[in-house]
Amino acid sequence: MAERPEDLNLPNAVITRIIKEALPDGVNISKEARSAISRAASVFVLYATSCANNFAMKGKRKTLNAGDVLSAMEEMEFQRFIAPLKESLEVYRREQKGKKEARKDKDKRADSEEQDKSREEENDDDDERMEEEEQNEEEEVDN
Amino acid sequence: GGKMAARLSGGGGENRLVSLPLSRIRVIMKSSPEVSSINQDALFLTAKATELFVQYLATYSYKHGRGKEKSALTYSDLSHTAEECETFQFLADILPKKILASKYLKMLEKEKRDGEVGEDEDEEDDDDEDES
Repeated sequence: MAERPEDLNLPNAVITRIIKEALPDGVNISKEARSAISRAASVFVLYATSCANNFAMKGKRKTLNAGDVLSAMEEMEFQRFIAPLKESLEVYRREQKGKKEARKDKDKRADSEEQDKSREEENDDDDERMEEEEQNEEEEVDN
Repeated sequence: GGKMAARLSGGGGENRLVSLPLSRIRVIMKSSPEVSSINQDALFLTAKATELFVQYLATYSYKHGRGKEKSALTYSDLSHTAEECETFQFLADILPKKILASKYLKMLEKEKRDGEVGEDEDEEDDDDEDES
């Protein structure tokens, strides 16, 4: 892996904001604590990914899907996350659907608008779109 | 807490549901060699879960830690959480307990002495005041 260390870190400003919003007003967070939480978050991602991947492999799939991530949360003993995650996912899916429809409309107008899709949103929509077909089959893997 | 509609993050763009940039989360996920591809929903969920995790780690550590006495969240609170709480034990290696340098040096010296039972090194030892 030729990943530079910075690439595996999450943006400090965002992490700090999340922490601040979670804690009571006026609580001071030491720089060391912030940095530690940020590192912990990266480790969490790795751990969750590895765990989710195990579920995908069990299902003989090469693409991680939503169910895998939810199963991973259960496995990692973060069951408390599952309900809020499912809720967020619903909203997210509706949003994505809305975006797709908006794009379809654009397409009808001019083919060159197609270029917009490759504008790098965080979503990397195009890369993953092909895999989405698999995802629709097993959305919720309830253990 | 519990606010799902976060404002725009530094990553910019339309993610109101999640603050952490999906692109960065993806980079971290892809650094795992066994992972081939990640569907969009899985990416979103991982990002969202990470946010929930940050909130949980912070609030849990604050609640159970001593920094609270001074209205602060300290590294020690986090390290304590990793050690004491099973759910967070996977963090133990990256959040080790800290030890004062002086204590650590004493530990080293003691180990050295314990290991060199047969040798006579009275001349070198300045251990008079070390037994505490």
